[in-house]
Amino acid sequence: MIALYNTKTWTLLSYVIALVLIIPLLVMLAGGVSASAQLFLHLWQTVLPSYLENTLLLAFWVLLLALFFGVLSASIITQTNIVCKQQLRWLLLLPLSMPAYLVAYLYTDLFDYAGPVQRSLRVWFDWHSPSDYWFFDIRTLPGAALMLALVLFPYIYMLTRGAFEQQDQNLIRASRLLGLTAKQSFFKVALPLARPAIAVSASLVLMETLADFATVQYFAVNTLTTAVYDTWLGYGDLGAANALASILMLLILFVVLAEQRSRAGLRHQSARPSLKRELIQLSLGQQLLASLFCWSLVFLGFLLPIVLLIIMAVQYSDITQLSALVTTGGNSLKVSIFAATTAVLIALLLGLYQRLHADKYRKIPLQLSGIGYAVPGTVLAMAMLSTLGPLDHWLNGAVEFFGFTAPGLILSGSLFAIVFALVVRFSAIANGTIISGIKQIPQSLDYAPASLGVNLVGSLTKVHLPILTPTILMAWLLVFVEAMKELPAVLLLRPFNFETLSSQIYQLISDEMLEQGALGAILIVLFGLLPVVLLNKNKEKV
Amino acid sequence: MLRKSFISLFIALFFIPAFSSKASDIVNVYSYRQPFLVKPLFDQFTKQSGIKVNVVFAKKGMAERLAREGKYSPADILLTTDISRLIELRDKDLVQSVNSSILSRAIPKQYQAIDNTWFALTTRVRNIYSAKRLGKIALNYEDLADEKYKGRVCTRSGKHPYNVALVASMISEHGEAYTLDWLKKVKNNLARKPQGSDRGQVQAIHQKLCDISLGNSYYFGKMLKDEKQKVWADEVNINFPNQKNRGAHINISGIAMAKYAPNAQNAQALMEFLVSKPAQELYAQTNMEYPVREGVAVSKLVASWGSYNADDLALEEIAKNRTTALKLLDQAQFDL
Repeated sequence: MIALYNTKTWTLLSYVIALVLIIPLLVMLAGGVSASAQLFLHLWQTVLPSYLENTLLLAFWVLLLALFFGVLSASIITQTNIVCKQQLRWLLLLPLSMPAYLVAYLYTDLFDYAGPVQRSLRVWFDWHSPSDYWFFDIRTLPGAALMLALVLFPYIYMLTRGAFEQQDQNLIRASRLLGLTAKQSFFKVALPLARPAIAVSASLVLMETLADFATVQYFAVNTLTTAVYDTWLGYGDLGAANALASILMLLILFVVLAEQRSRAGLRHQSARPSLKRELIQLSLGQQLLASLFCWSLVFLGFLLPIVLLIIMAVQYSDITQLSALVTTGGNSLKVSIFAATTAVLIALLLGLYQRLHADKYRKIPLQLSGIGYAVPGTVLAMAMLSTLGPLDHWLNGAVEFFGFTAPGLILSGSLFAIVFALVVRFSAIANGTIISGIKQIPQSLDYAPASLGVNLVGSLTKVHLPILTPTILMAWLLVFVEAMKELPAVLLLRPFNFETLSSQIYQLISDEMLEQGALGAILIVLFGLLPVVLLNKNKEKV
Repeated sequence: MLRKSFISLFIALFFIPAFSSKASDIVNVYSYRQPFLVKPLFDQFTKQSGIKVNVVFAKKGMAERLAREGKYSPADILLTTDISRLIELRDKDLVQSVNSSILSRAIPKQYQAIDNTWFALTTRVRNIYSAKRLGKIALNYEDLADEKYKGRVCTRSGKHPYNVALVASMISEHGEAYTLDWLKKVKNNLARKPQGSDRGQVQAIHQKLCDISLGNSYYFGKMLKDEKQKVWADEVNINFPNQKNRGAHINISGIAMAKYAPNAQNAQALMEFLVSKPAQELYAQTNMEYPVREGVAVSKLVASWGSYNADDLALEEIAKNRTTALKLLDQAQFDL
């Protein structure tokens, strides 16, 4: 690519921001150096191998299931004439609004021995005790994998669908003219072209899985995240916890980088969605199967859980809970809006830098800024305290030096810490979305303004940003929803009297009392629906 | 212009919570306890004294947070649900001694630190719940390893602080080798992998997945008062273990003053309030715990479970064996 712009301020800003975002991670890595080798040896001899095995198995199953759900549903929606396509197109996004730990709890309640499903079965078949029949146990590793996949697959669905919809139809037509059937053309042209989108979304799913704590804990599946918690909270060895978290992070980075490398040589075509797509016509049987598949995903990932929540809310809620909800809901909103706005601004700055700047290493700031997604929230929160704490001390010291009253912990003791943590953690989502949007902009549009003598700002405000508006909105909403659901950073960093919806629900779940938080849970889901509704307004644009 | 004011608003909103806790008649609490458990008590305190109580609830990482915050920490009071956490705070030099005759007189000697760094507020028993279908039985913790209970025992994670404390007390009583063997045998008897909460185990007994489970005393009372959970609790008997020998394992919920408490006076007032008769009664009535102050009656419901003998092992001893207990749990692969 020809160097387009060479603004020093932009370079400086990009690297500084990327650096700020990874400083907490560097602090974590540095903390890992002091880990006690003895404790490591003990863990390695006792539980670590099983934890590792569980982690890999869980990641494998979640990825497999989520890819299957996501890519298949995206293909069906974009490539075939399935009925109710317009509805399914956005319905399939709904599970994104469900926190995994919530779905896990609801399904356990439903499928447990005392749950309505097994109870009905016992009545129908006249069984009396668990030994009379076999029923799958949902609190297992496959169960956890299924729960996570059910709420994470929409990432893959969304980005893959977007890629399919933006594909240059000329290529598809050319392949058809060269004698491929519609099916062959899909597998040989459309699917390979969507690979970057699939890969990016799959890596989001992978990181989300490996950082999950609440779901695996509820299902008693011990993973590396468990080990991080054990070493830190049990053995009180933060160093060892940092070391384990670092290993986890490096493992994920390795996978992501390997994937990027493997398609480094490939060139990807930019969008030209103007031509009408030729759809695969489904036979009646195929139509039924495809519909069953898509509707099951919507039902299991969203409709069933929300109905269960509503039933709980009706049975257990009263008016007094509503007023408390206004405060906690407001807190959740505040934190999420800050985090989403900041993350998207950063993603734009770094994403466009990668696209437009002449810097030879222009990809680095963006890549660095997304690493935080791979770190479990609690460890990240700890790293945040280790980073901001000393900064606060220095600030207070400086203020006192000049004879003023120390202002207290204005960084680590305020919302700043939470929002910072959320931005570090969810930048990867904003980055992934923004960059896939940027990639869809034809490169000719980079050169055109430049050749007409329009400067960088003009090019950005008149060309790139307007084209990117739907992408920006999507990125903002995705981070917003994730921030609403996020738990550990909030639990650990919040200021006094500060409760969010997710922290409240988590506490109730850990006492098997979700019923009393059903209203709050519904509120999280409703907020999570915003992106879906707005995304749907943009119809085929996104 | 608009953009600038938006940005300054954006920045300002960040920091407001940090400054909002800078008044003089307040006390700041870092709590391991769930807010709804302590809120009625704090409300009562505010009503009496006019001192506002700010709470941040953090189950995980409180010690780290305090350590990182250092001398600028806003925390005055630390509330915990387990002796080991209190000792951890003291060992990391995050708390200070409180010399108050009100505190030392109200609380029995074995439930306060010699150096006045921590004080118990309530005690709780680690009970064994058994299915009503088993009839009345007298159990020891040691019996959980008995082969006749194979596939019939349920518990939450072995690494939960309540279970770790129990294992630590087993180490004090029987030594490491016996305890490891015991853990392995108990694991063998489990109906399912350790999971869920203490209440979840009672639910499992109700589901006939198992017959006996470990659980703290007050959960029984709480479940009986919950519409949905009453059905589970109705299926079990609450047993006080080891009544014919050393007595049932006891843990405490407790309190300490942060080393750099900015509102130390208010903090001491809150501590003294929490051991006062009315507060202790409130603890007994609403939380179903055993009040630590002598002469304060337990709730009617709790009284109906009968009196019991408590293991008189020093609480500091339990905290001392904590790491060993964790290692044994790992060695037995208890949670796997």
